Amino acid sequence: MNIAVKKESNALVVTVSGRMDAVTAPEFEKSISGFIAQGEKVFVINLSGLEYISSAGLRSILACAKRLKELAGKLIFSGLQGHVKEVFAISGFHGIFKICDSDAEGLRAI
Amino acid sequence: MSSIGHIKIRAVLENLQAIMDCVTAAAAAAGFSARRIGDMELAVEEAVTNVFKYASPLDPGEIEVACACGKGRFSIEIRDSGREFDITKLPSPDLSQGISDRPIGGLGAYLIMETADDVTYRRLPGFNVLTLSFDPEIKKS
Repeated sequence: MNIAVKKESNALVVTVSGRMDAVTAPEFEKSISGFIAQGEKVFVINLSGLEYISSAGLRSILACAKRLKELAGKLIFSGLQGHVKEVFAISGFHGIFKICDSDAEGLRAI
Repeated sequence: MSSIGHIKIRAVLENLQAIMDCVTAAAAAAGFSARRIGDMELAVEEAVTNVFKYASPLDPGEIEVACACGKGRFSIEIRDSGREFDITKLPSPDLSQGISDRPIGGLGAYLIMETADDVTYRRLPGFNVLTLSFDPEIKKS
């Protein structure tokens, strides 16, 4: 799994690629926790390069979302593809997160 | 059913990749699509990480994964020596709950049920045996 970040005026865009499984998901959670500790509250998470996600990845995302909710922040997702899009749908994540086609759309949705 | 892949290894998270590699190589050799192999990876990860976490976390035994293919159907048998645990009996998660109300976790077993075409659990003396079966076509839900 690879994580790249880009600071925008109203959010931090975090691009996650590769695989988010039981081994790598804790890295995602740790990374987002670090940004929250630095004061970031609004994130656009770009998953266009994420090939695979399991419940461990969903668990990490939900844990971050719960922390952000307490801080009046939020997670917005963009660029979901194939398997990842399907797993989000099966798990009902479409109903609890804002999901956009692109980062630009995500940044406008804040 | 002919056996086309087998691995017996210590039931710890560090061995997840080796188990996944065994299953994906067998499924690719059997001619399954990348999309279907993705479903298998998901179901197998959920099943084996469940064993790593709950079967005997303080004293991990071995986990055995055997792949077979027959009549177009791919089956994956996962056998562990942990305490009795029937993943097929877990309640379905409430997907309507919002971020604050949703419990962390509890989606693993549900993802197995949603992606595999057939899931059977058997308790044999000293073993849990979970069999996940996949048809070549994507499951219609």
